[in-house]
Amino acid sequence: MTTEAGTETEVKEKSEESAAQPDQSEKATEENQEVASAENVATEGEEKKEKDKEGKGISRFLPPWLKKQKSQSQVPGKETSPTKEAPRTQEAVAKVTEEEEGPAPAVNGHPEEVEEKEEVKLEQKRESPSKASADTQPAKEEKVEESAEKAPEEAKSTAEGEGAEEEKKEQKGEVEGEGEGETLTSIFQSPLRLVRKAKMKLVVCHVTLLDGTEFPCEVEKRAKGQYLFFKVCEHLNLLEKDYFGLTYKDNHEQRCWLDPTKEIKRQIRSNNWQFAFNVKFYPPDPSLLTEDITRYLLCLQLREDVASGRLPCSFVTHALLGSYTLQAELGDYEPEQPRPLDYISQLTFAPNQNKEMEEKILELYMSHRGMTPAQADSQFLENAKKLSMYGVDLHHAKDSEGVDIMLGVCANGLLVYKDRLRINRFAWPKILKISYKRNNFYIKIRPGEAEQFESTVGFKLPNHRSAKRLWKVCVENHSFFRLNTPEPPTKARFLTLGSKFRYSGRTQTQTRQASSLIDRPAPTFERTSSKRISRSLDGAPVISITEAGRDLASSAENGREPNLELPSDSKVQEVELSLGDVEATPTQSHGPTEPVLSQSPLRVHGDNIYVRHSNLMLEDHDKTQEEVLKHQASISQLKRSFMEAPPPSPPQPNQWEKRLTSSPATTLRIQQQQQQVVSVAQTEAAAADNTNSDTKEPGKTTEVEIEETVVIQEVSKATKPGHVTVTMAPPVTPPVQQEVREQEVKAAEEAVALEEAKAGKQESISSESESEEEAEYHPNVAASISHTQIPEEKEEEIEEEKREEDMKVENSYSTPDAASLPTVASQSAEAAAAEAEESRREEERGKKERAEEEERAEERETEESTEDPMVTPDETPNGHTLSEEGTAALVALAEEEKEPKMNGETSLAEAEPRPQVICCSEPPVVKTEMVTISDTFAAQKTEIATKEVPIVHTETKTITYEAAQLDGSADGEPGVLMTAQTITSESLCTTTTTHITKTLKGGLSETRIEKRIVITGDADIDHDQALAQAIKEAKEQHPDMSVTRVVVHKETELAEEED
Amino acid sequence: MAGLMAGFGNFTHAVVRGIPVSLAKEALRGKESEVDVAKARREHEAYVEVLRMRLGLEVVELPADESLPDCVFVEDAAVVCGDTALITRPGAESRRKETEAMKCALKELDLNIVEMTDETATLDGGDVLFTGREFFVGLSKRTNQRGAEILADAFKDYAVSTVPVLEGLHLKSFCSMGGPGLIVIGSSEPAQKALKTMQQMSDHRYDKLTVPDDLAANCIYMNLPNKGHVLLHCTADEFPESVKVLHSLLKPCRNHLVLLNRGLGQLVNHSLCCIFLNKRSRGLA
Repeated sequence: MTTEAGTETEVKEKSEESAAQPDQSEKATEENQEVASAENVATEGEEKKEKDKEGKGISRFLPPWLKKQKSQSQVPGKETSPTKEAPRTQEAVAKVTEEEEGPAPAVNGHPEEVEEKEEVKLEQKRESPSKASADTQPAKEEKVEESAEKAPEEAKSTAEGEGAEEEKKEQKGEVEGEGEGETLTSIFQSPLRLVRKAKMKLVVCHVTLLDGTEFPCEVEKRAKGQYLFFKVCEHLNLLEKDYFGLTYKDNHEQRCWLDPTKEIKRQIRSNNWQFAFNVKFYPPDPSLLTEDITRYLLCLQLREDVASGRLPCSFVTHALLGSYTLQAELGDYEPEQPRPLDYISQLTFAPNQNKEMEEKILELYMSHRGMTPAQADSQFLENAKKLSMYGVDLHHAKDSEGVDIMLGVCANGLLVYKDRLRINRFAWPKILKISYKRNNFYIKIRPGEAEQFESTVGFKLPNHRSAKRLWKVCVENHSFFRLNTPEPPTKARFLTLGSKFRYSGRTQTQTRQASSLIDRPAPTFERTSSKRISRSLDGAPVISITEAGRDLASSAENGREPNLELPSDSKVQEVELSLGDVEATPTQSHGPTEPVLSQSPLRVHGDNIYVRHSNLMLEDHDKTQEEVLKHQASISQLKRSFMEAPPPSPPQPNQWEKRLTSSPATTLRIQQQQQQVVSVAQTEAAAADNTNSDTKEPGKTTEVEIEETVVIQEVSKATKPGHVTVTMAPPVTPPVQQEVREQEVKAAEEAVALEEAKAGKQESISSESESEEEAEYHPNVAASISHTQIPEEKEEEIEEEKREEDMKVENSYSTPDAASLPTVASQSAEAAAAEAEESRREEERGKKERAEEEERAEERETEESTEDPMVTPDETPNGHTLSEEGTAALVALAEEEKEPKMNGETSLAEAEPRPQVICCSEPPVVKTEMVTISDTFAAQKTEIATKEVPIVHTETKTITYEAAQLDGSADGEPGVLMTAQTITSESLCTTTTTHITKTLKGGLSETRIEKRIVITGDADIDHDQALAQAIKEAKEQHPDMSVTRVVVHKETELAEEED
Repeated sequence: MAGLMAGFGNFTHAVVRGIPVSLAKEALRGKESEVDVAKARREHEAYVEVLRMRLGLEVVELPADESLPDCVFVEDAAVVCGDTALITRPGAESRRKETEAMKCALKELDLNIVEMTDETATLDGGDVLFTGREFFVGLSKRTNQRGAEILADAFKDYAVSTVPVLEGLHLKSFCSMGGPGLIVIGSSEPAQKALKTMQQMSDHRYDKLTVPDDLAANCIYMNLPNKGHVLLHCTADEFPESVKVLHSLLKPCRNHLVLLNRGLGQLVNHSLCCIFLNKRSRGLA
């Protein structure tokens, strides 16, 4: 049901672009999903079994409540995930979760959850190999990877499913997948080597060279793009190879660049090992190339570009270029040669070649007598490089008003064309960030002299694939032409969400340096045009759409793309729905896909990710960027400090966070997770389990689309006297890496928020609010101290503090520790304050560190950060961890922004009561109401790890609603968190997560209920109404409680906003 | 095979057209000012004389047509670049027929003629600024997007960027090329804004020379084989301050030609009266 609904909505959305056939697409999607689910089950089944066995074995010796914990903890250890080192607390959490799961097997949510866990594990495995050398990886991993690979393919197919054809493909894929699964199982126990041998299949790649010949090349089936590319260059005797690349046609007949760092097999998707060797970066000045052979190859490319019309030029230029071509290929004109025109007419020089042109070519050719082939090539290039479209890679797009335009990527920047007219141009230095989300492509523009704000320009691409392709081309072109050295891949630094894609080759600067060292006699090569004559035009390297072929291309795209889009959308919607339905909807189908996605980040991005944003940071940094960097750094440090500082209770990352971080989950996945989480929440313990599994996996890219998140905090009244020592909730069990990621993400989010704020004047407010959002998290504190009256400035400070506090609080909540650690008083203001202080200190340290770090990696970070922001949203869904991180990030940001004030602020914040104003920025943090519950101790024992419902942020707008705080009574007195429950209920578009925290004070118990309501929908949603409704409902549900805080975190998709 | 910029301003021919008596009363103009046709004709003759005698250009002189009061402003009727001539479709209905004679003249000069047949397109040559490396087309009252598109189609080698012209009649009412890579620009706000647009849209860097008077920014740059750099600009009588600026910055140029064409008054800019072309050029610029 969900699926269908989703599809329909999707269809609607995409209806504009193409008349979609909802029925078919729906069907296809469903089928695909089914298949995928089936596969997943099969693949995962084995692992499950193993796990179960282990668990059972251990369980025998342990008390029932411990049993499950142990089993889980062991599993993680096996898997080698970085997180495994996580403190025992995590294990404890795991236990809890396990327990919960165990008891309620029948629940719909559970099976899914299990699957998810497994998937997560798979992902972890996958990722780990990437980090470490693949060789070292155990057989298991390989196996997993394989399965994962297949799964992604399938998932993709589902996503992209185009009617019946797609279905067929998928079916095939399934069959194959099953077969592989079997092999995998057999291999499973055998060491890697065996596996490898078995897999060492060779495949023959057919590479069409620039002269039209085909070069067959045998490669290992799992070879990376680089291998094939090097083979081709070797064959061509080409040393200056950085200007070139290999292309393949994807399932939609779009030309894509083969990523050298990734396995070929994962990129081509189909079993079509056909490639073309093409110029990837057109050197602005070919005369600076070192070798003639390089120039020759460039000439070949340009001849084809010109002949195909991709590189438009005038009649005279056609003739001139043609004449140089003849001179280079034939040498001097020989008068004796009979009927030269006949020969010339056999060659293709121009799309609209005619007799007159041929005569002109001949005339000019005759005048080149004496020119050597190399000279002729040089002259050819000298003229070609002046053409306005030289090296411009065109992409179809629409502007914000839906007008058809073309976006041209070139060495200098991004060009915008309407028809043949250049209507705008964004030089690389002018561009602060490049991102894409769904089928939207955004560039953030540096403010001009007279402008105060950065502006973001958005374009609509035919579909998300084309948006991603454009984004990648931009990233690569910018890196190649503008950077001295390529940016390190994101991987190396942290785990980040979103596309990790970076240009991996040498930059122009580097390649020039390298080529200057070339010391070899000029290689001899044969120039011949005979092959070119017959050569078809499809060799076109770039996906660029020729103006001439525009119509055709566009029509073709439309036909295909719509279908694609539909499926993708449907997925998204499905996800959303699933979230809402938590209990009811099983994500089964999704499960399989997810692992796949995780394996190949690229694919995932392309197909599934809606929210993805990758940012390209330009060399120039704005203050903002710097700030962002600082923020990031500070955040990361904060996190570290948190980690280190509170040893006693291992913080537990949110399920979402873990998941997100660990697995490059697709939206689907995230959604699934969310769903699972929800179910868990219902089960109470289940959530914890999920978290554990998630934590284990380092998720890199998760993209969740949550457009709007409304967080409503209801703060209960007085806390009880009992001090709740706030455990250093911050210390997150998950490996630092994860934290870092999260931080980054948050930072990125923040950055985004900032950017947005700047971009939109409204946003400026929002940015602040965002920073505040973090602060908001301090519901507890707020409740106790509640004072809205604090001046804004202070508020900010306070907010920061709050954020920290919130983070801590959240940590405490999220941390299963609660279970193990009775002391967690999430909401006690004092505790929060204390934590806040600590966090501040840490932050301060962190700041210093940051500064250093920042300096080093400002650019990178900025870029990453930018990217991250997009990603962040996805991660955010994780809930607590995310929120924590987010808050931290926010805090950091806030600090950074107001760095000078920082110190003072912190102190102030500490001293001052916390403002009740809550801004929810990133992670959807649910505020809790304190409800007094009679059985405090019991509650402690029962410790329930609360997991927050994963909320996905796409864009961040934070709207803060102040709720009147009811009770100041609790001021300063920390309450004890007795229990935290997460209850999730769904309504159509909203997901509500409720956290109930019981605090014991003196003889009184307080119960705080935090409700997080995630409202997903189009930008049209009336936030105020939604908020009002949410509050109303909350009041109705808990008539005896008061609403103390309302935090609205609004996440909108950039595209939509801009649109 | 000179470089792109090397050939810039190298002309061999010039096309001009006589002044009809109807210019005085019927010509389109922004300001209502009486034009002394006799004086205008004298000035125009002097102008042609300079082109022919002092600059050594081969001047094609088209006869005036009384039914076309604005026919003296030949620049609007065609855009010539390389060996291609785009016959425009002037934005003013009354001027559409001016292109006929121009087309014939250019055909006789053996240029590739491209006609603007699209009924929805309008383009005045005065809105077309060719920098030697690219075109800027002012979108004005006389020129629309479609006209610019057709121009882009006619000159495929070059980037064609559009520039909104908010004030003034034409893009070249306040700017022109003062040399290779040098844009002479008026100091008015619209002019400066247009310049910014052009700078943003271009992959190339241009120097700019700002003159106090917008109208003084309309110059003609030539690079003639035997004359070197030539700049036709307004007289010191008209815009003394602007001429000072022009002279101060144009010292490197060997020859300055000051044309006295006061008679045409502010109705006429130098470039408006002439179409230059180089029959010997080929290839890119």
